[in-house]
Amino acid sequence: MAHSYLLAVDGSSGSQKAVEYAIAQAKLSGAEIVLAYVIEWSPYAFNTPEENADRHKRREEELERAKTLVVSPVATELREAGLTVTTEVQHGNTAKTLIEIALSHNVDQILVGRLGESGLKSLLFGSIAANLVQSSPLPVTVVP
Amino acid sequence: MKRLYLTLTAWLIFTLPAMAGIDEAINDITKPLAEVIVQIVFFKIPVFGAQLPLVVLWLVIGAVFFTIYMGFVNIRGFKHAIELVRGDYSDPNSKGEVSHFQALATAVSGTVGIGNIGGVAVAVTIGGPGATFWLIVAGFLGMSTKFVECTLGVKYRTENPDGSVSGGPMYYLSKGFADRGMPGFGSFMGTFYAIGIFIGALGIGNMFQSNQAYVQLNNVAGGSLDGYGWLVGLIMAAIVFSVIIGGIKSIARVTEKIVPFMAIFYCVFALIVIFMNFSAIPEAVANIFSGAMTGEGVKGGAIGALIIGFQRAVFSNEAGIGSASIAHSAVRTNEPVTEGYVSLLEPFIDTIIICTITALVIGTSQVADPNFAGNAKGIAMTSAAFERQLSWFPIPLAFAGVLFAFSTMISWSYYGLKGWTYLFGESNFGQTIYKLIFCAFVALGCIVQLGPILDISDALVFLICVPNILGLYFLAPIVRREMISYFARVKSGEIKKYKNI
Repeated sequence: MAHSYLLAVDGSSGSQKAVEYAIAQAKLSGAEIVLAYVIEWSPYAFNTPEENADRHKRREEELERAKTLVVSPVATELREAGLTVTTEVQHGNTAKTLIEIALSHNVDQILVGRLGESGLKSLLFGSIAANLVQSSPLPVTVVP
Repeated sequence: MKRLYLTLTAWLIFTLPAMAGIDEAINDITKPLAEVIVQIVFFKIPVFGAQLPLVVLWLVIGAVFFTIYMGFVNIRGFKHAIELVRGDYSDPNSKGEVSHFQALATAVSGTVGIGNIGGVAVAVTIGGPGATFWLIVAGFLGMSTKFVECTLGVKYRTENPDGSVSGGPMYYLSKGFADRGMPGFGSFMGTFYAIGIFIGALGIGNMFQSNQAYVQLNNVAGGSLDGYGWLVGLIMAAIVFSVIIGGIKSIARVTEKIVPFMAIFYCVFALIVIFMNFSAIPEAVANIFSGAMTGEGVKGGAIGALIIGFQRAVFSNEAGIGSASIAHSAVRTNEPVTEGYVSLLEPFIDTIIICTITALVIGTSQVADPNFAGNAKGIAMTSAAFERQLSWFPIPLAFAGVLFAFSTMISWSYYGLKGWTYLFGESNFGQTIYKLIFCAFVALGCIVQLGPILDISDALVFLICVPNILGLYFLAPIVRREMISYFARVKSGEIKKYKNI
């Protein structure tokens, strides 16, 4: 496999900038793109019995929504730019899961925008981009 | 929906104060009713001078049988249960589904209720310190019963057309017996269970909880809520209403998140109190053991203590009642046995850890000062034990008590609902009727006195363990076969760990 990038998106304007950057870079290097979206989820959450009973249904809905609303439009945009694209939508801790996807696809680097997070949340938990930079075993490019 | 809400509120506001006025009258009505129900359910036989209710014997024999028949799964499966909850065996492709941890946490917050605080005090008051020993033994044996019922819950659950799942004893009783060639009997048992869990949900999972929450609130308020049971009941009913009918998920979610921390907070401070009573620990522990063997001062001696211990343990951890298997059956797994393993941690956490800690708080206080609680009973007694050392503790304890009560009510409203929908179908109208009844009983729980309430809800909960355990006997060979096959595959490496390789 030639060059490949993992591009993480979340549908925000920040991630759109990363998409544009990825198109430019991939065209230059001829890299393939693994387009990834992570639905934030933790196996250690506390739910009501009703939520648990509906969980499987909700999961399918979440995956469907992520694919149609966020991933597909970007994938189309990338393909129209003449790039080869694989898509991945998964549940999990965002930064950790992105790294897992990156490793399983053997990509060369991770491209990420400043994802759409509120100020308070990133103040408390750190931003996803910062978490990625800190924990990724691969080079990470954060597109401002 | 809004109009419904207003109508109900108006109805409650006008009728409840009136009901408070006739508090005595309600008790007068419930008392004879309680006596009749208790007489039937707790039909007693004299054993060595003690009165042994047959139904308790039924549970004990069941728990002992499952422990032996499953090859002491409560000990041998313990480590594996923890590995499952940690997610060691969780397939990464199933991320986003209900995890083992989530199913356990949900079931535990349904079982860790006010019984862990108040029920233990009741046990110690009636059964002496020795009841604690039997409570622990019951918790230990109950782990095996849970294992069987939760495995079956997952195995025989039903997937509804909308993709949600319904499971629990009514499903495994009807489908399991059908599998064994007894469909008619199975559907009778399923229906019987569904009726029982519906009524039981109004008692153990509802009135008992709101009643004890009110008692504790009134206790910290120095009795200034005397006669305002209807108001406290109304407020609690309104909050429960807003969650289960109004669909205000955020309240439920917040509660479910706070409850685990409250449980930890409770245990930490309980341990602090126990260590503050340091010099009393050896005697308190000795009392537990000697009381278990001799039953000194207890009506019926050691057997008397045993009966009380087992009764309270089941009331707290619900092993043999089958309710938790309703919560556990939401897990998505190809191996129903895995959920059985996970569920055996539940009586461990609920009874062996939390109830024992409460018992030690009371026990060490009793040794230090035999009259520490005065005439206080139930949760008020536990509260007094804490207050001896930490004067401010009754207030957070009241808060914890209310939260425990609330989360248990939310869980049980669901269990009862599943019984209801099993009987009357999944129609929204029917579900709303059920939920309205449930809310009315929340308010009612704060009005009537503890005595008859505790008796009725105790009796109903024990009643549903009759069809449940009978079903477990019939279906246990299926569980055992699956367990052996599963464990062989874990040993051979066919079922592999995804983590920590």
